[in-house]
Amino acid sequence: MSTRDTDWDGVRLHVVTGKGGAGKTTVASALALALAAGGKRVLLIEVEGRQGIAQVFDCPPLPYEERKIAVAPPSETQPGGDVYALVADPESALLEYLEMFYNLRHAGMALTRVGVMDFVTTIAPGLRDVLLTGKAAEAVRRKSGGRPVYDAVVMDAPPTGRIGRFLNVTSEVSGLARVGPIRNHADTVQRVIHSPETAVHFVTTLEEMPVQEAVDGIAELRGMAGGGIQVGGIMINMVRPLELDPGQLRAAAAGSVDEHELALGLKAAGIDDSVRLAADLAAELTEHAVTAVGQEQQRRRLAEPGTPRYELPMISDGIDLGGLYRLAAALRDQGAA
Amino acid sequence: MSQEHSEPAAPRREADGAQGERAGRGGPQAGGRQHRNLPVAPPLLDVDRLIDDRRTRVIVCCGSGGVGKTTTAAAIGLRAAERGRHVVVLTVDPARRLAQSMGLTSLDNTPRPVPFTEAAGDDQARGGTPGGSLHAMMLDMKRTFDEIVEAHADPDRAAQILANPFYQSLSSGFSGTQEYMAMEKLGQLRRADEWDLIVVDTPPSRSALDFLDAPQRLGRFLDGRLIRLLVVPAKVGGRAYLKVLNAGFGMVTGVLTRVLGAGVLRDVQTFVSALDTMFGGFRERADYTYRLLRAPGTAFLVIAAPEPDALREASYFVERLAQEGMPLAGLILNRVHGSPAARLSAARSLAAAETLQAADNGSAAEGSADYGSAERGPHALAIAALRLHAERMQLTAAERRVSEHFTTAHPHVPVAKVPDQADDVHDLAGLRAVGDSFRSP
Repeated sequence: MSTRDTDWDGVRLHVVTGKGGAGKTTVASALALALAAGGKRVLLIEVEGRQGIAQVFDCPPLPYEERKIAVAPPSETQPGGDVYALVADPESALLEYLEMFYNLRHAGMALTRVGVMDFVTTIAPGLRDVLLTGKAAEAVRRKSGGRPVYDAVVMDAPPTGRIGRFLNVTSEVSGLARVGPIRNHADTVQRVIHSPETAVHFVTTLEEMPVQEAVDGIAELRGMAGGGIQVGGIMINMVRPLELDPGQLRAAAAGSVDEHELALGLKAAGIDDSVRLAADLAAELTEHAVTAVGQEQQRRRLAEPGTPRYELPMISDGIDLGGLYRLAAALRDQGAA
Repeated sequence: MSQEHSEPAAPRREADGAQGERAGRGGPQAGGRQHRNLPVAPPLLDVDRLIDDRRTRVIVCCGSGGVGKTTTAAAIGLRAAERGRHVVVLTVDPARRLAQSMGLTSLDNTPRPVPFTEAAGDDQARGGTPGGSLHAMMLDMKRTFDEIVEAHADPDRAAQILANPFYQSLSSGFSGTQEYMAMEKLGQLRRADEWDLIVVDTPPSRSALDFLDAPQRLGRFLDGRLIRLLVVPAKVGGRAYLKVLNAGFGMVTGVLTRVLGAGVLRDVQTFVSALDTMFGGFRERADYTYRLLRAPGTAFLVIAAPEPDALREASYFVERLAQEGMPLAGLILNRVHGSPAARLSAARSLAAAETLQAADNGSAAEGSADYGSAERGPHALAIAALRLHAERMQLTAAERRVSEHFTTAHPHVPVAKVPDQADDVHDLAGLRAVGDSFRSP
């Protein structure tokens, strides 16, 4: 399996975005596990300070520190890989940056005292973003003994509505800094993000608003100055299997369910009150069908951008580590990793 | 209850989410057995009473992203208008279809009338009162910021500020500007006093709490020490100020210059000194809005979906509102699933599906299936229905568990549940359907 092709072989920075509620953090985590399979080393970065990764992996809140949080399961032929996690906050990233480039870590206290930290991390537009994307770019480029420290970096990025601005580092900062060190830093980050080594994946459910946001977001990234940013896959999350064939589905959506047939089935299964129950279950079938027909429409819309799509099953009893592994396996089976 | 219904209100669903949600379509209610697990039952949130109460002047809808905040705000606005209130809905980032659903091709920084016509027959049933009106507007944060500047500075100075590169980034990019400007707009609408109810849909913040914090953060920045520090050189001129200030401050500007570059610092300084005269105004406006949020006519509604993340955010928000002394009306739980056949448990449903599947497999093996499709056994439809039902019952149970967690932690917070809509909401009828779940008990 180690030499098999995946859809994103050359990509080392996987940026995962999606509408709030679509399962962005879960899918980013599953993708990290999937990429780690086969003895790889993967860093999963969170940038929004929600401690979502810690919740997904059910571990205590994570610090600003690269820490191993999971292993990808080994197979018969290969060892398991490692997933590390980092919660990047702009303030820590700034202190690290000051230390790395200016040996100025001790300045942090004074900066905090007069409100520079507030300024840089929440107020100065773009600076916050460049610090966070900068951290991811640094992890991608970091080497030890001539080879990269991480085979891949997965970033649980801001939601679709903000992803364009978040990644459009240079133009964000250029409003602020036309020249100077921050600008140089931004340019470096920009090169990584615009390279073929970076891909932005969109997580969506089959609902109208998330799909619309994904389609808009894809267009936005492709249309960006400098040749755009590579769009990765569309991860269709929380897909429920269809229980009816297409003909039945259309009929049920139109409100036509054979209640008599249903009642006979219920009776055969030994259920009392089969006639009234059949009427109620028919109502449920119709709702399911209406939803399913709407979802089919959304699926067609997601095909329009022409980028690979991956379907991830609904894990109905809550995501635990087992559920994550299932999603990771689904991503690998479909060639996303 | 201030409203009379010409027909009995639909039976109010209890806290037990496993009941029929769609009145009229569901079968007989499974009365009597719903409390066998002694679910934690929160008080019911009576949204109709809230919107019928003329003393309610501002309703703030908050919650994390993706929980249906905008839709809820619009549905509340529409319902209140149909019940005779003069309503303006202030939304921050509506989906295009939602704007269309309100009959608006586009929304800008000005309240636009929403043409809603009540179906005459429904009017009574809905408990509607004629004479209401509905406006909607979408926040344009840059425009709003510009207006503040224009209102507080003389024309020359205003032009100078508006042209400053740092101001341009700040007014369109600062992560808290949207929150701040939403609050500012709310204050303006309240002062204008043209509407008797303002419904605010808060910005899609990464965390619900940003909404309360961001305005203060901007305020703190604008009259904080950093600003004063930055203003000094522009006022004093030259670098003499370094002697006046202590060494720590000098070092800070030194670091800023090295990291940001001198050009950035100059833009910020120019901006800040131009804005200097407006600081008092900013602080005053922020304080006014903050006081407004704590006033008796304001009600906060926390919106969530019955999912762990959304309810965790809701929990934080509830605690935070209590800390700030802000009036919480309750929690609206969106997209709650239910079943008209809740009397059939998931386990029994699955078992029945398996029984039928085994029977179908048996008859297929005997080659006796005379049904058209080879894959489709005689009980295919019932099997599908039973599996779907089991899945829905599991989902319902999971939703109930997470909402019970919330209620255990906040037993006094009233809750209103909005049933999941099979189709996406994108017209007035859809908004009305959502609004119907706010019917008083």
